[in-house]
Amino acid sequence: MVQYSRARLDTSFSAISDATRRGVLERLGRADASITDLAETFHMTLTGMKKHVGVLERAGLVTTEKIGRVRTCKLGPRRLEDESAWIERYRQLWAARFDELDEVVEELNRKEKIDGRKKRE
Amino acid sequence: MDARKENEPTSRKNRTTVERKSERELVVTRTFNAPARIVFEAWTKPELLKRWWAPKSMDMSLLTCEVDARAGGRYRFVFGFAHDASQTMAFFGKYLEVTPHSRLVWTNDEQGEGKESITTVTFEEKEGKTLLVMREVHPSKESLDDLAAGEATHETFDQLDELLVTLGQSGPHAAAAPTPGACS
Repeated sequence: MVQYSRARLDTSFSAISDATRRGVLERLGRADASITDLAETFHMTLTGMKKHVGVLERAGLVTTEKIGRVRTCKLGPRRLEDESAWIERYRQLWAARFDELDEVVEELNRKEKIDGRKKRE
Repeated sequence: MDARKENEPTSRKNRTTVERKSERELVVTRTFNAPARIVFEAWTKPELLKRWWAPKSMDMSLLTCEVDARAGGRYRFVFGFAHDASQTMAFFGKYLEVTPHSRLVWTNDEQGEGKESITTVTFEEKEGKTLLVMREVHPSKESLDDLAAGEATHETFDQLDELLVTLGQSGPHAAAAPTPGACS
């Protein structure tokens, strides 16, 4: 069970309560972008976009990295956690299936060996 | 001295891996200690599939298991849940290719027309063991994301998370309907 504190819920809610910020998430879902790119896409000043990105960053929805003069934004760890948690559950389902399949396969294997011996006898 | 880590498989069991290879593709691998013809048989005979497709530890039971494993043949699995007998999930589709002991290809049709995913299972025998590779290709990035989002929200995540996952992964389209793909 994943638990969320009220503070974290509030941060997440306010982060996505704004249409521009939802647009930024959608845009970053397609490809990483610099703050300048985002400001242009959404017809905003650099300062305005920095504020929006800051809100998304605090909610863990976006991370930024400065390389040289350019600050690049990408979707944050929240998304990665969600995906890797899902993949792990999916792996567990298949691991559980395959462990039972092992038993079926072992039984068939044993049977085949016994039948093989009988034929030779 | 047994210094084995908790999360390592027990000595007898082989490791199952799952990897998202691309936006639309998921790959599951596992080795079995038996020749390919035996593993293949267990994947194509309904009376054998029934014994492992709904693992006891996952709280599922198989109510229906109809399998006509030949090219053009259809399959249909219906699962029930131990904790809630009124809930069932159906998975169905068509075999596109059945090559004895080496390859199975089928479609997953429960998402509707034009949204079929395709699963290819290969059985590769080496020194009496079989490497199984299962490759699921979804029709779009969104289809696989929805499956992940639907699964992630199952029981553990609340509606906010569903919204965040949907927004974060595939843009502001409608939140994913619960998809039963985990068992496909």
